[in-house]
Amino acid sequence: MGIIHTSRIKSPWIIHFDNSSCNGCDIEALACLTPLYDVERFGIVNMGNPKHADVLVITGPVNYRTARVLKNLYAQIPDPKMVIAVGTCACSGGVFHNCYNILGGVDKVVPVDVYVPGCAARPEAIIDGVVLALQKLAQAQGVAK
Amino acid sequence: MNQLWVAIIAIIVAPIIGGFLAGIDRKITARLQGRWGPPIVQPFYDFFKLLGKSRIATSRMQFVWIYGYLVFMIASLVFLVLKLDILLLVFLLGFAGISFVLGGFSSKSPYSHFGANRELLQILSYEPVLLLMALGIYAQNGSFMISEILKPSSEPLLASLWPIFIALLVILTIKLRKSPFDIATSHHAHQELVKGIMTEYSGPYYALIQLTEWYEIVLLLGIIALFWANPLWIGILIALAAFILELFIDNIAARMTAGWMVRFSWAIGLVLCILNIAYLYLMKGV
Repeated sequence: MGIIHTSRIKSPWIIHFDNSSCNGCDIEALACLTPLYDVERFGIVNMGNPKHADVLVITGPVNYRTARVLKNLYAQIPDPKMVIAVGTCACSGGVFHNCYNILGGVDKVVPVDVYVPGCAARPEAIIDGVVLALQKLAQAQGVAK
Repeated sequence: MNQLWVAIIAIIVAPIIGGFLAGIDRKITARLQGRWGPPIVQPFYDFFKLLGKSRIATSRMQFVWIYGYLVFMIASLVFLVLKLDILLLVFLLGFAGISFVLGGFSSKSPYSHFGANRELLQILSYEPVLLLMALGIYAQNGSFMISEILKPSSEPLLASLWPIFIALLVILTIKLRKSPFDIATSHHAHQELVKGIMTEYSGPYYALIQLTEWYEIVLLLGIIALFWANPLWIGILIALAAFILELFIDNIAARMTAGWMVRFSWAIGLVLCILNIAYLYLMKGV
């Protein structure tokens, strides 16, 4: 456990991307940052910039237009990175799974590390998902880079 | 040889102090917003994490300029701790700012260009006031040397230069990129300009920017401490009080526009500085 490895777990910066979500999960994801849940306690900061982020939090099912944006965003995040699919739609497509414009879950486009189901996923579940992602990051030492 | 050791110790200790100040900043900000806030060592976690990220280059020149930003900032800090010329310190600080701007301009990202343009406006706002501060110190002491300010026989600068001190507090807000002047990089307005001038820096290079900012905090608070140079601990207390004041201003103020910043800093800062220097020259016949 080097100092860089410890720091990685202590300071996950998040970028939040909304595919074609109904905004239910987005509001829950943003609720994590409010004084009630205050994820900055754990060093989690919401960055607007993929180049500064470590964890990509994705809500909503992927459609044909957001797929290339999502790929682009994923490519811009420097390694090591984690992807969390938040909400049933992001996990599997949810109620939109057989729409003509929907590809399905986020894992059709980018590799997903943690799935957080729920409609909408509660803030506690989202925080739990980030913690799971960090545990995965802790085990993947020397592999991710 | 003694001076060399002082410089080396300052270069090592300054970022540690700066990092803790940044941590206190985040903690107090969180408490003012009714949150618990991250631990005080959080900026160090962020720093080391960024060092361990992969390097993504958008342009080679921007890395040259970011090293320039760091080196010139360290150089001006060395000028402060070795008690050298305050006018040259201001010039070095100015060149550090220009390096940062050139780094922002050297990638093609429009957000980076936006931020760099706004950073130029920030330099336009604070540079004249810093120069006039050096002039004011010259008018009071008859010398630009910091060692002259720190001489045990000299009286505190704050007594005669208090308008310049008020102008310097405005400049401190601009330099620390706090609200209402956080227009070039924006901690919170991601929708408007992503991360402004810092958008294209990632991983270890973003860590370098944070390191430079820590040096900058220590340097600016050191300059403020000079206003009550003996005993110096009063000056340091004044500097810390100024820092806490900045945090309060940051939390109660909204972001303002770049044009407003230039008008405000020139209308308040420049006028206060010029009046102060004119008073010193006319009344005291320096």
